[in-house]
Amino acid sequence: MTRYWIGKIVSVAVSLFVLATATFFLMKAIPGDPFTQEKAVPEEIRQKLLAYYGLDKPVWQQYLAYLNNLLHFDLGMSMKSNYQTVAGIISDSFGYSFRLGVVAIAVSIIVGVAVGILAAMHHRKLIDSVSMVLAVLGVSVPNFVLASLMQYVFGYKLRWLQVAGLNGPLDYVMPVIALSALPIAYIARLTRSSMLEALSAEYIKTARAKGLSKRAIVLRHAVRNGILPVVTYAGPMAANIVTGSVIVEQIFGIPGLGQYFVASVSNRDYTLIMGITLFYAIVLMAARLITDIVYGLVDPRIRLRSGKGAAS
Amino acid sequence: MRKSWVVTLSLILALASVLAACGSGKEGGSSAKNQVFSMNLTSEPPTLDPALAQDSVSFTVLTGLYEGLTRKDENGKVLPGIAESWDISDDQLTYTFHLRKDAKWSNGDPVTAHDFEYAWKRVLDPDLNPASPYAYQLYYIKNAENYNIKANNPNHISDPAQVGVKALDDYTLQVRLEHPTPYFLSITSFWTTFPVHSSAKDNEAWAAEAKTIVSNGPFKIATWKHGNEIELVPNENYYAKDEIKLSKVRFVMVANASTELQMFQTGQLNYAGFPTGEIPVEQIGKLKETNKDELRIKPIASTYYYNFNNTKSPFDNVNIRKAFALAVDRQQLVDKVTKGGQEPAYGFVPPSIMGAQKTYREEYPDRDFMSPSAEAAKAALAKGLQEKGLAKLPPVTLTINENTGHKQVAEALADMWRKTLGVEVKIETQEWKVFLKNRTSLNYDISRAGWSADYNDPMTFIDMMTSASGNNDIGFKNAEYDKLVKEAYATVDQKKRMELMHRAEKILIGDNMAILPLYYYTGVHLVKSNLKNIVMDYQGMVDYTRAYLE
Repeated sequence: MTRYWIGKIVSVAVSLFVLATATFFLMKAIPGDPFTQEKAVPEEIRQKLLAYYGLDKPVWQQYLAYLNNLLHFDLGMSMKSNYQTVAGIISDSFGYSFRLGVVAIAVSIIVGVAVGILAAMHHRKLIDSVSMVLAVLGVSVPNFVLASLMQYVFGYKLRWLQVAGLNGPLDYVMPVIALSALPIAYIARLTRSSMLEALSAEYIKTARAKGLSKRAIVLRHAVRNGILPVVTYAGPMAANIVTGSVIVEQIFGIPGLGQYFVASVSNRDYTLIMGITLFYAIVLMAARLITDIVYGLVDPRIRLRSGKGAAS
Repeated sequence: MRKSWVVTLSLILALASVLAACGSGKEGGSSAKNQVFSMNLTSEPPTLDPALAQDSVSFTVLTGLYEGLTRKDENGKVLPGIAESWDISDDQLTYTFHLRKDAKWSNGDPVTAHDFEYAWKRVLDPDLNPASPYAYQLYYIKNAENYNIKANNPNHISDPAQVGVKALDDYTLQVRLEHPTPYFLSITSFWTTFPVHSSAKDNEAWAAEAKTIVSNGPFKIATWKHGNEIELVPNENYYAKDEIKLSKVRFVMVANASTELQMFQTGQLNYAGFPTGEIPVEQIGKLKETNKDELRIKPIASTYYYNFNNTKSPFDNVNIRKAFALAVDRQQLVDKVTKGGQEPAYGFVPPSIMGAQKTYREEYPDRDFMSPSAEAAKAALAKGLQEKGLAKLPPVTLTINENTGHKQVAEALADMWRKTLGVEVKIETQEWKVFLKNRTSLNYDISRAGWSADYNDPMTFIDMMTSASGNNDIGFKNAEYDKLVKEAYATVDQKKRMELMHRAEKILIGDNMAILPLYYYTGVHLVKSNLKNIVMDYQGMVDYTRAYLE
């Protein structure tokens, strides 16, 4: 177990280092800097600004300075928003993305798994066909189409919900649906097919032969195996949703992290680009780690200590 | 069974209408307590420090928070602000401002001439970090530039006392200028010249959070949720607080233009569009019918034009440049493509800029610079090709930055050039900063550009095309032009100045067609019909400080 964790931490550290290095040099390779703008700042003032942010030094020196700060857990100051720290911007905006994301993830998993189980239990009946048609729709309708459509119908035409903002609980309804439509559809299909597989397995027949009720069979035996693929999918999905969907955030005017990421690149806000990239990476790695742990809980055959296979 | 269904339904309807009534009561907000003005900033203001601000988002918020020596009315006319009167010396080099004695900061401290001296010297401070990007707005002041620029400047002045701004006493501010500057008064309402409270000395990050911002304007900041919203409330210490009717100013930050429009339509906002928001171009036609009384189109002092690379073949030839400029049907462009009520541009200085008596454009019509027609364009092209010894034009690329509107304009122009001149122009779209980099390094054939006024005088356009200007992205170098600009700098007589600048503009466009003017911008915006006294100035900046709801 200890060896597993040591290995894990080393691999996370190495990945972060490689990512930080690659991002840093790629970012520097894009033309322009934070002070490139339509009305050119006089050259002398521009030089002062570059010097203040350390951008007048050779790139390798900037890189070493950045790494040094990173080792001291200092993500630096934004170069676009004066006197705002990168850590502050990330924690402010991640709060919105996180709250919305957690609800969307919960809805995705609960609804997706429930629909999948229902469909599997009523294989080839009406419920099954309807839910699978909906699932195909859910997978194929892009979330920005769904978001704009809902916004127009419920926000503008019917005036049931506020068009934008994230102030009250009702404001969560549309963005959560937009964020979770695809995962619900995907999870429902995954659950359905693995449930069908599980339901035809030998141990289910044994359970049935023991005289257990259909309900007990499904809930106690089939679901455990049936949701394994869901667990695999849920990790990266959770990371993806929690870090914020740029498009959904934009449409519903949610001040989340996704918007800042896009803006930081177009502003060449170097410290913010680095900060958000590293933050995304950490969230993604954490999600995978949690996936591994949950895997072990659901399926005792997969143990953390059993090797690196499960960890990769 | 059926009856109970009807009862249930009517109960639901009744409940719904009660709820709806509650909602509209909240929204209507015409009572004295609920005078809320709400608009979209699109993005977080990079700063609320007047010294560091340089973008329309920051400026829009600062308009409510601060007040400079003067204010401006709708037409750009100077009104008294913190200064109730001023004297100008005969040589126009010394301005003496007499400050009102009842002006106070939001914390109750009096606003004094020392606050202005401190604020302006802070903008110019060579050691201010980060440096003020708009410090050059104060270079009109004696010794300001040489104090501000330290590195590689043999004339650097290290003593701030030599800078030409001085508080003679608490309520008298004396400003000495380098040259006579007829538009200097209009600079004193510019955001960079707003006063700053002396407590800024002790906390360099004072302007990053609501609780440390002390302001002297009609409003003070109540909350600043970064990236989300800003709320201003009336400043009870403001000297003219009786003129302020709004109980709250609410700024949201929504990046999506169609969301902003729907927020306006559903009453979440009572102002949408220019200058900090955007009305989607494809919606303007429809809004002219559905929101006839709310849609406003105001000409603003900005020009949309294309740069010719004057240093690179084929556009190093004046006749080829003329051919491209004459082949454009600008009326059709604004009617069919941009649709925002823009005015065709045949010159560089837009119509809302003042001249000596009337507007500059009324005094010097831009149609004198060119008469576009297909025949004239073809003739110019033939002549140009002959001069260059070419049988036909080499491939030409038009470089624009990513934006649906720019793309539509570019496509319309490429089409006009194809039809009239028979040339194929390739359109290349680039990411904003990549585009700017290529433009400043003259790495293009034709490129898109836009320029907006910093102050109400033709010079804000004319002097950007001098050989030494950092904003001259076209490689245009003309000794006569530079000389005229220099002469205009040194001239006090307004009529003569205008004449000099007009001669320069004629060299730039009439003689050389160094750029290709397309249209003068308009600020398209929506204002709820019960929202009164919203003023958009000649620059397109919005003054909401005296607004009220009916």
